Amino acid sequence: MSEAEELQKLADKEYEFGFVTDVEADSIPPGLDEDTIREIVKRKGEPDWLLEFRLKAFRHWQTMEDPAWAKVKKNTVNYQDLIYYSAPKPKKQLDSLDEVDPELLETFEKLGISLEEQKRLSNVAVDAVFDSVSVATTFSDKLAELGIIFGSFSDAVKEHPDLIKKYLGSVVPYTDNFYSALNAAVFSDGSFCYIPKGVACPMELSTYFRINAAGTGQFERTLIVADEKSTVSYLEGCTAPMRDENQLHAAVVELVALEDATIKYSTVQNWYPGDADGVGGIYNFVTKRGLCKGDRSKISWTQVETGSAITWKYPSCILQGDDSIGEFYSVALTNNHQQADTGTKMVHLGKRTRSTIISKGISAGQGQNTYRGLVDVKKNAEDARNFSQCDSMLLGDRCGAHTFPYVEVRNPSAKVEHEATTSKIGEDQIFYCNQRGISTEDAISMIVNGFCKEVFSELPMEFAVEAQKLLAVSLEGSVG
Amino acid sequence: MSENEKEGSMILEVNDLHASVEDTPILRGLNLNVKPGEVHAIMGPNGSGKSTFANVIAGHEDYAVDSGSVLYNGIDLLDLSPEERACEGIFLAFQYPVSIPGISNAYFLRSALNAVRRYREESEVDAVDFLQLVRSKMALVGMDEKLLQRSVNDGFSGGEKKRNEILQMAVLDPKLAILDETDSGLDIDALRIVAEGVNALRGGDRSFIVVTHYQRLLDYIVPDHVHVLSQGQIVRSGDKTLAHELEREGYSWLDSGDKPKKSEADQKVQEAS
Ligand SMILES: Nc1ncnc2c1ncn2[C@@H]1O[C@H](COP(=O)(O)OP(=O)(O)O)[C@@H](O)[C@H]1O
Ligand SMILES: [Mg+2]
Repeated sequence: MSEAEELQKLADKEYEFGFVTDVEADSIPPGLDEDTIREIVKRKGEPDWLLEFRLKAFRHWQTMEDPAWAKVKKNTVNYQDLIYYSAPKPKKQLDSLDEVDPELLETFEKLGISLEEQKRLSNVAVDAVFDSVSVATTFSDKLAELGIIFGSFSDAVKEHPDLIKKYLGSVVPYTDNFYSALNAAVFSDGSFCYIPKGVACPMELSTYFRINAAGTGQFERTLIVADEKSTVSYLEGCTAPMRDENQLHAAVVELVALEDATIKYSTVQNWYPGDADGVGGIYNFVTKRGLCKGDRSKISWTQVETGSAITWKYPSCILQGDDSIGEFYSVALTNNHQQADTGTKMVHLGKRTRSTIISKGISAGQGQNTYRGLVDVKKNAEDARNFSQCDSMLLGDRCGAHTFPYVEVRNPSAKVEHEATTSKIGEDQIFYCNQRGISTEDAISMIVNGFCKEVFSELPMEFAVEAQKLLAVSLEGSVG
Repeated sequence: MSENEKEGSMILEVNDLHASVEDTPILRGLNLNVKPGEVHAIMGPNGSGKSTFANVIAGHEDYAVDSGSVLYNGIDLLDLSPEERACEGIFLAFQYPVSIPGISNAYFLRSALNAVRRYREESEVDAVDFLQLVRSKMALVGMDEKLLQRSVNDGFSGGEKKRNEILQMAVLDPKLAILDETDSGLDIDALRIVAEGVNALRGGDRSFIVVTHYQRLLDYIVPDHVHVLSQGQIVRSGDKTLAHELEREGYSWLDSGDKPKKSEADQKVQEAS
């Protein structure tokens, strides 16, 4: 096969997860006002304090404007056209997985997420979120024996209201930004996780988000609290059907690590990216932030972002406790017309706080990839350290890579280092591989994986393999 | 000998090959026949088309073949993709080896070896067997084992890059190896080591085309045939003494169009049949 044919074949390969599940949905009509919020609260049977929280957020949101500062081009989102609540029917209290709609189980099966515990190879507990609601959580009983709470946000509101009241909005207040305000007003479900004092969570916790219904925004809310001396590793994955409209996903994730606690949060984001001409795809506008509240606490973000038409997200760490550590490892890939504006904020408040930022941006096709990061060393952060490395790789000459590393240092003892490189996968590199017997496709995937190695090594083993494959699929058809 | 038998005994038959780069004709009617086990040297001034020839044989897409034919073991080489040619046993030691940051030399070489083995329907080698194989070959080219864990050619010295090419050749076990200016940038010791590595791989049916500007390398890798390439054509062919002659006379006679005084070594330039 000639190289041209090879490329054509690759280019024709479509998004694997673009199917639609035929389930009857229980939705509320499109549009957003206070009644919409009351309706969500009613359907979910939420307490008054949460209604108040939502309404305050909504009123604040109405005073805000859709931000335009990121380096992306987007269509205007008409918030009155969106559906804010869509749940697969029937939604009744599920006592076991046997009661989950087989269509839904099959959907997650197709996505490679088996919800049947005995079938799972890996030691991973999964919370599966379908459109607005959590449909199943595996292993919750086993986790409960250790005092670990893991399940849907909605259940946690009912069963652990004190924890939710204490921490909801404590890291990302609804006033934070336009999307966090919107999310606080209309969020429908997500995962909640609490690891008690001294407990090292024995398995990976994972939430799998799936957008299915048309015209629906997904506004999930995730809250993870790691109590003193506890550790947890959490992974989130996402997909959506292929549609030619832009669907909005505006999540908020809050992490709280108390003294000596460690949270590792990994994301493999594969929302539908739109077609090769840039039609459709998910708008992924997410606020993720972790608070290293206690001394010697640690929060580590690892993300592999290959999907979405537009990604805006800056998983950040507030390093409040002395000797606390924040890490950000990111691979963002944009192909065709995808745009990503992503990075992190490391806010150093405590003494001897340390942060590491490793960002790998890969641009192919006409993709635009921006790293935007802030290292903010406050006045009292004696002996703070940061190391940042931002590498960009370009495939072809119609794509772009941009780097905006902002640094603010208010304490002279701080040491902040920044390194940046830009490289291109050259045709000469590919030919070199070809001449040694390696196909173009394998050569690209090898070079890109080599480029991302430092980030992949941070992912839990089984997801590292998945991430590599995902990257290869996302890059198909990108050379030529 | 019948025409068929003669064809069957060639590993490479290049007939009236015309090739161009960006619409500029570079090769203009090149003819060359290589038999299994032979070592051919192609010499010629800078810009005469030596690397172009090497790249055309390897299948680089920037080099367009305008006319002529290339048979490799009797099959039409020009029909094959670069990786198929590699898997069929053609190896090009590049004049300027490319670096690939982020991929270790060991990983790269094992990927290449396994790609070739898959093509040949042989089982893949695991990391342990590979390490054993590569170690024995590294000794052959006097290469430091530390280079295995470094990224492919990244930050390698000129000499290290050239040795790495020969190491890859030794591991991939080609049938026809083309060495493009493997001597350039090497000091005399490195040159000797590289040449010894190549000589160790000589023998049997393996053929070599050694491309060089200077005669020096040919003191170590003694060729069976020497060809002079000028303006995209082989203008003279002879045995190893032709190389010495070129060393004395230089290439300036090519511009004037006069050949240097005919020597004993001179053989008939092979005509395309
Ligand atoms: N990739 C290329 N793009 C443009 N011109 C090239 C390229 N490769 C070779 N050439 C041209 O082709 C001619 C022959 O080059 P080359 O084959 O490299 O010669 P040699 O190896 O004998 O020095 C030169 O004029 C050179 O400028
Ligand atoms: Mg050359």
